[in-house]
Amino acid sequence: MTHVHTGTTALGRPLEDLIACPSCDALYVARVPETGGRAVCDRCHTVLIAPKRRAGLRIIALTLAVLILVIAAVFFPFLEIHRLGLGNRASLIDTATAFSSGPMALLGLGTLAMIVVLPLIRMLLILYVLTPVVFDRAPWPQARRLFRWSQQLKPWAMAEIFAIGCAVALVKVSDLAQIGFGPAFWMFSVLVVIVLFNDNYLCTWSVWKSLETPRD
Amino acid sequence: MVGMEIAGNTPRLTAREAGLVACRSCARVWTPDHARCGRCGARLQSRDPGSLQRVWAWWIAGLTCYVPANLYPMLITDTLLHESANTIVGGAVEIASHGSYGIAAIILIASVLIPVGKFLAIAFLAITARHGSRVDPGKRQHLYEIVEFIGRWSMIDVFVVAILSALVQLSSVASIHPGSAALTFALSVIFTMLSAQSFDSRLIWDDVRARRIAARHRKDVSA
Repeated sequence: MTHVHTGTTALGRPLEDLIACPSCDALYVARVPETGGRAVCDRCHTVLIAPKRRAGLRIIALTLAVLILVIAAVFFPFLEIHRLGLGNRASLIDTATAFSSGPMALLGLGTLAMIVVLPLIRMLLILYVLTPVVFDRAPWPQARRLFRWSQQLKPWAMAEIFAIGCAVALVKVSDLAQIGFGPAFWMFSVLVVIVLFNDNYLCTWSVWKSLETPRD
Repeated sequence: MVGMEIAGNTPRLTAREAGLVACRSCARVWTPDHARCGRCGARLQSRDPGSLQRVWAWWIAGLTCYVPANLYPMLITDTLLHESANTIVGGAVEIASHGSYGIAAIILIASVLIPVGKFLAIAFLAITARHGSRVDPGKRQHLYEIVEFIGRWSMIDVFVVAILSALVQLSSVASIHPGSAALTFALSVIFTMLSAQSFDSRLIWDDVRARRIAARHRKDVSA
């Protein structure tokens, strides 16, 4: 049987007041730091709570911007090259379908998923979860499960990696042909910056807390 | 930066030692009779017993894919004059022979040094999580975070191949096609990411406490 400590330990508190570090299992009484501050696990230094001012509204705005940019970036040409009077331009879809023959088609699907589909799904999930919370309504159905999924998708949404990949590709072909940037390239660049900001604003603990509190 | 403190600030307590189970997805704690987190619905496990097995399974899968990824061509370039198929290392050597040492170095670091380093780091973490280590757990935790952070960036190579293959299609003048190594390299990156994700980092910290308690116990016995 597990030995239950009482008295001076954290266990004197109700369970919902406690927080366990997901990285090292250290147990704390959750104390929300002032806005802009961070509560850090003092054993492994994982950031546990980091509330930001008006974070919900900002995240919704940024997420909407990302949605529009991704959709636009899919349809506009991305990069174009010219050499000896011949030219070609590629959109995001062209890039994903570049792997088209045989088993390479699988890689094409994977690429499409990682640079377009998963980032889009993740943004939609975050919008769905946060919109009612920000406007002080009861969470929409399945919000908790969907938010968990959005967090699990995070490492697989690789739009920003793709954008850096573009820069590397440009360097590689620069001696082969002349390169031009399509409108989608600039949209994607903006997108990368927004994605980085967005993840920085999202304090998952605060979201979980607000999904937990019942509202009328 | 605001630190958090345990009530009383006495020796640190883990959720497991308090007889509780922590949710790794949302950080809520529950009594051990819960199978799933009542807040986010994630499956609860005080320590994931299959963690290291899954780490090694994905690790082996990743390594298996990494070998052909280095032997077969990543990129096939057709120009007016000749066709060339380059492996990862071959491509870097060719770029270096044109004088771009910086870019060659970046390619070598991104596609050779980092993947190999990841395999070594994950193996080190899994072995020390099982057998214990003198290496400071804070440093091991840091290593794990670096592996998790850097893992997905290895996909950059695959994306570059995709971009080049889509873009450089100038009929007979110049065209680029993906080689089979692109697929195996992508799989290797994905498997390594899964391997790192399977690792339960709490195992790093358990070992420290277990040894400290054992040491204290030995002292008590000898005294």
